[in-house]
Amino acid sequence: MAKEGLGFEITELRLGLPGGSMTEKNDKKRVFSEISEEDKSNGKSQVVGWPPVCSYRKKNSFGDKDGSKTSKFYVKVSMDGAPFLRKIDLALHKGYSDLATALEKLFGEALRDADSCEFVPIYEDKDGDWMLAGDVPWEMFMESCKRLRMMKKADVKGFGVLQPREALKGTMKE
Amino acid sequence: MMNYFPDEVLEHVFDFITCHKDRNSVSLVCKSWHRIERYSRRRVFIGNCYSISPERLIARFPGVKSLTLKGKPHFADFNLVPYDWGGFVYPWIKVLAETGIGLEELRLKRMVVSDESLELISKTFVNFQSLVLVSCDGFSADGLAAIAANCRFLRELDLQENEVDDHRGHWLSCFPESCTSLVSLNFACLKGEVNLGALERLVSRSPNLKSLRLNRSVPLDTLQKLLMRAPQLVDLGIGSYVHDPSSEASNKLKHAIQRCKSIMSLSGFLEVAPRCMSAIYPICGNLTTLNLSYAPGIHGNKLTKLIQHCRKLQRLWILDCIGDKGLGVVASTCKELQELRVFPSDPFGAGNDAVTEEGLVLVSAGCPKLNSLLYFCQQMTNAALITVAKNCPNFIRFRLCILDPVRPDPVTNQPLDEGFGAIVQSCKRLKRLSLSGLLTDQVFLYIGMYAEQLEMLSIAFAADSDKGMLYVLNGCKKLRKLEIRDCPFGNAALLEDVGKYETMRSLWMSSCEVTLGGCKTVAEMMPSLNVEIINESDQTEFNLDDGQKVDKMYLYRTLVGHRKDAPESVWIL
Repeated sequence: MAKEGLGFEITELRLGLPGGSMTEKNDKKRVFSEISEEDKSNGKSQVVGWPPVCSYRKKNSFGDKDGSKTSKFYVKVSMDGAPFLRKIDLALHKGYSDLATALEKLFGEALRDADSCEFVPIYEDKDGDWMLAGDVPWEMFMESCKRLRMMKKADVKGFGVLQPREALKGTMKE
Repeated sequence: MMNYFPDEVLEHVFDFITCHKDRNSVSLVCKSWHRIERYSRRRVFIGNCYSISPERLIARFPGVKSLTLKGKPHFADFNLVPYDWGGFVYPWIKVLAETGIGLEELRLKRMVVSDESLELISKTFVNFQSLVLVSCDGFSADGLAAIAANCRFLRELDLQENEVDDHRGHWLSCFPESCTSLVSLNFACLKGEVNLGALERLVSRSPNLKSLRLNRSVPLDTLQKLLMRAPQLVDLGIGSYVHDPSSEASNKLKHAIQRCKSIMSLSGFLEVAPRCMSAIYPICGNLTTLNLSYAPGIHGNKLTKLIQHCRKLQRLWILDCIGDKGLGVVASTCKELQELRVFPSDPFGAGNDAVTEEGLVLVSAGCPKLNSLLYFCQQMTNAALITVAKNCPNFIRFRLCILDPVRPDPVTNQPLDEGFGAIVQSCKRLKRLSLSGLLTDQVFLYIGMYAEQLEMLSIAFAADSDKGMLYVLNGCKKLRKLEIRDCPFGNAALLEDVGKYETMRSLWMSSCEVTLGGCKTVAEMMPSLNVEIINESDQTEFNLDDGQKVDKMYLYRTLVGHRKDAPESVWIL
């Protein structure tokens, strides 16, 4: 899998409360056509709604055929500024851009309320170190990621000085 | 002669007539039959929730106990319809509740179901027994909890392919100890964890449980315990199937499975370690239905070995990673096969594992009873379709989807007109057809000429001119649903016979050549139709010029005029 950064620029995000609220679904459609655009640059052309596979099936039956990888990879995700942590299943995503999309959906509201600033995706690996996401192949990332944090770029400068435990504290709001 | 029978006798006779179409016919015979049929009707099917209102439903069928409703148009499945288009069930529940209808069964497809609706159902209808939701959205585990907690005589809770927000898994614990009536429980589409202890207890106290479909959070050891408690199961959907074949857990599972001698339908394997498939071989011999379309983990040898044990299969849903060779195994093993669905496992990928025309030909040769097909493939040839048509003249449903939508016959480079022509000519009972590949007006000439029983037709990226659509509208007398995308059909075709649309349930046209003016004309000429224009782009850009091409049009017959719940993106002419 090619290395891909997560590139969290603030885009036109909308409220993304769980429970199938209206704007969340709008994001789904917009995101689908964005993926289309991406794949077009990869040389594959895609058309909205083709092939005619229903969206539930698309989300649930495609992907890895290696049985050993079908176990769950739930990790906590925190975002600086968001009141609640979330959990996502890394195994449901095919790569970094897919993950980016999912995180956009989860934290849409917080991102919108924040002053335009960029976020840096970092994760805690098995050794307890905080790593920048995007360097290693997706599968390797999935195996080693214990938790994710979307850190405000503004906070990055002071970060290196913190011990892992303090970094954890830093992810808790209030 | 029948007129001299008292009403009760006629009612008793009508009890034996269960099919909706037949009951509709019965009601047209004469006034007294209409009256008797009306009051004795228990099951009502409404294919388009906007074609009638709940008030009128109750006025005509005051004794209704079972209601089936469908909402969004079919293409909503493929993201072509805005999420907020409509199809809300709440107004129906509200009216049914207010008029004291004793609703017992509700089956919904592509509708928006709020938690509020589910709560209202659970608290109003004392005898509510059966809830079936297919491809619905709008509800969460809270709504399910209300159903579980309050429906004292619940027999069936069947959730198929719904988008559910179920971050809280408490709903299953809400079934009271007194609930022992469950016959069918399907929560495979839920993502969240459920209380496993509650699940085990629920199954233990449900002696009538015949159908159980678990979600992926239910681990193997729980599965084993459930099977031990419910050896009478007829339909099983496995959630997680990950175990070491040499382990104690695996042995216990094998033992539990062997006790289940009645299982005829198997599905799920949402998480699977394919080395362990041998544990289920003992029940494969009885299976009539097998759905592995959500189990990409089972492929290659493991998959074909499994299928080789399933000699009685009538319905098989699989992924295309089975390959043409695997379909050959199906052809030689499953002589009773009636329905085959082959889904793409990687629709945007290289398609190395995908199936081609060869697999389909093999199945058609080996399975003469085949009557229903959904086949996603890399390519198709006219020769293959002609062979299939000869081998299987009994198709009722034939849906072919070539992943590249305008691909011609790779051998001859010709359009696939002749191949599909052979299908419609040979299969005189064909009711549903979906086309793909490179197609000209010619295929529609064949369809109009031969597809006399056709009720539903799906067309994409096909035809050269209006003639194509006209052949179909003029020829297919029984057509009920027509859905078209990306075809060069314009106003001439749309306006040729607007009266025809009153004989159909609906017409969908997107990315075609029809203009706003054309749609307006239909709406003016036919007040019995709702003509909806769907425009999802920025509203301020919406050009009100009649010559403007319409991106998406959905029209349907209705007895109740314009609906009041359309969102901003939908304009009803």
